[in-house]
Amino acid sequence: MKTKRHGAVLGLIAAGALLLTACGSDANTPGAGSTPAAGDSSVPVECGGKSKLSAEGSSAQQNAIATFIQAYKAKCPDADLAYNPSGSGAGVKQFNAGQVDFGGSDSPLSESKGEVAAAAERCKGNPAWNLPLVFGPVALGYKLEGVTDLTLTGEVAAKIFNGTVKKWNDPAIKAVNGSASLPDKDIKVVYRSDESGTTDNFQKYLTAASKGAWTQGDGKQFKGGVGEAKEKSAGVAQAAGSVDGAITYVELSFAQDNKLSIAKIDNGSGPVELTNETVGKAIDGATIKGAGNDLVLDLNSIYGSTTAGAYPLLLATYEIVCSKGYDADTAKAVKAFLTVAATTGQDGLADAGYAPLPKAFQDKLLTAIQAIA
Amino acid sequence: MNDRTAAQRPAGAGSTGARAGVPAARPDSEAPIPPTTEADQKKLVRPGDRIFAGLATGSGIFIVVLIAAIGVFLLLQAIPSLGLDKVNFLTSREWSTGDVNNMRYGILDLLLVTVVSAAFALLIAMPIALGIALFLTQYAPRRLARPFAYVIDLLAAVPSIIFGLWGLLVLGPVLTPIGEWLTANLGWIPLFAEGNVSIELGGTIFTAGIVLAVMVLPIITAVSREVFDRTPVTHVEGAIALGATKWEVVRTTVLPFGKAGYVSASMLGLGRALGETIALTIILSGTGAVFGWSLFDGGATFASKIALAAPEFNDPRTAGAYIAAGLVLFVLTFGVNAIARAIVAGHKEYE
Repeated sequence: MKTKRHGAVLGLIAAGALLLTACGSDANTPGAGSTPAAGDSSVPVECGGKSKLSAEGSSAQQNAIATFIQAYKAKCPDADLAYNPSGSGAGVKQFNAGQVDFGGSDSPLSESKGEVAAAAERCKGNPAWNLPLVFGPVALGYKLEGVTDLTLTGEVAAKIFNGTVKKWNDPAIKAVNGSASLPDKDIKVVYRSDESGTTDNFQKYLTAASKGAWTQGDGKQFKGGVGEAKEKSAGVAQAAGSVDGAITYVELSFAQDNKLSIAKIDNGSGPVELTNETVGKAIDGATIKGAGNDLVLDLNSIYGSTTAGAYPLLLATYEIVCSKGYDADTAKAVKAFLTVAATTGQDGLADAGYAPLPKAFQDKLLTAIQAIA
Repeated sequence: MNDRTAAQRPAGAGSTGARAGVPAARPDSEAPIPPTTEADQKKLVRPGDRIFAGLATGSGIFIVVLIAAIGVFLLLQAIPSLGLDKVNFLTSREWSTGDVNNMRYGILDLLLVTVVSAAFALLIAMPIALGIALFLTQYAPRRLARPFAYVIDLLAAVPSIIFGLWGLLVLGPVLTPIGEWLTANLGWIPLFAEGNVSIELGGTIFTAGIVLAVMVLPIITAVSREVFDRTPVTHVEGAIALGATKWEVVRTTVLPFGKAGYVSASMLGLGRALGETIALTIILSGTGAVFGWSLFDGGATFASKIALAAPEFNDPRTAGAYIAAGLVLFVLTFGVNAIARAIVAGHKEYE
């Protein structure tokens, strides 16, 4: 009896603590919500449904999802989501097998691999939607003594990463950097040794923006043929940060952590610095090639963009959800999570190295999320 | 020879046990009794015997079946992908599996980098391990030897990711000047020629081999120590009686007696080095260039190549290509172990 009573007391304390922490984070949100435009949305969130969602997929959006989960728990105290960052391929596979409630992927479902059909089957005959919820800007991070202001065009970047341009003082680089004095040093290209969506997107960018200078194609393995590879974003950023003359492509937060200088990108309308605003502008300019609420992006419209002030090099990752075909509980929770992610969840994104959604794009996403049934 | 000494002890223990059991039978006349008890014991099968024999046989069969199953699984998964390979699987140096309609992959570079880095590791680890084992068994005072041995065994408990990070972030920078000196002064030897990755970044086979050497050290040391420890005391005393110095004792009794065990311990370490994954994915720099027989090249081993690609497997055909590489590693490790066994078996004269 005694032990039972102790247990009850312990349980009460634990429950009380949970309740208190829930209250605490609830109270904090309005304060934090004041920063970017995307955050303070008045979209109502209907909590409830399945208490523990599961999702799996792309590791590129792992930290963004972690931010979303915090916001989701703050909004819906009893709810939670478990995200397993096992890679895009695994995410799609697990989603299509019905093992997880939604999948995260660096690329939309592929028709030719039969993923679209498999997803439709999983959603009980309804199409699955690709929702581009997380955008990660990719920085061209470099370390070069005495040079902290460097501009590159898609074409010059392609020539650096495929070995056509080998020295920092090459005329091609000088041509886009007018006054800067560039040293006579070898360029050391560092790339990802693991298969990664970042590499895939970077090579797609080079294909679209290099005016034919990049002929190697895309894919998750780097095809430039020069330089040396390190494991994961942390590895390439660390390596680039430890050698003078190194350059790499890496997610913004890793470049900042390793104190790399970040190149401006000139897409034809002048040098553009990597900031939330410039990335937002690029997202806003994206055309959507999916039908209706299936928001598959035409990446070439971002990568090849010549809009002034748009930073074109970014990684778009999708949440793959069923348009219909969830049971009522799951649908409710998925909707609640995605709504939170697209609204209050955007607040902490910049700190985690991602770009918050611009208003117009956020509206498109919310329309799609509300349509999930 | 391990077996022999091990067999000696139970035999001794058994005989004392039998002697202890005998007194009960002693009162009767001695001559007729021993045969009858022996016959009885032969017929008598206790349940413990049966259970133990069953368990032991079961375990033996289980491991053989398990390994056969691994081999068959690898083969079945690899065959369809091997059919799609557009280049020679064994002699090509390319590795491009992104486009399933144009898969071009060969294992030559993986094989060379795996073997060279493991061999280099062994080259460093073997003499050091020998020295440590001899020190612990022959030179160190007993009281010191035991805690010292524990400390070395602790090395085996360090997670390989720690070794990897240590190798890249701590050891790599320390080795940079050594590497630069070697390429500058001994660059005419192909092994020390300037490699296809930057020495400054530390992602060379040179760094990787040294880290691997540290990782296999405890394995080789532990086994060698046990073997050297079992040198028959009579041999040692004989040598001392003939006026041998400490070094002569080691040379004439301990080393010949323990040679086979030491070699097989090294093969065990080599197996570990061949299969090491995480430390190498962190340390070794990948490169688009081919392996040029220099210690300052980068590249990937079988295990690290597979680990780097594994999170993004989304097509069985791509995965099959890596499984085929895994199959070669399986065969390679199998070969190494077979050689180790052959060496041990071929040195029975030392027993």
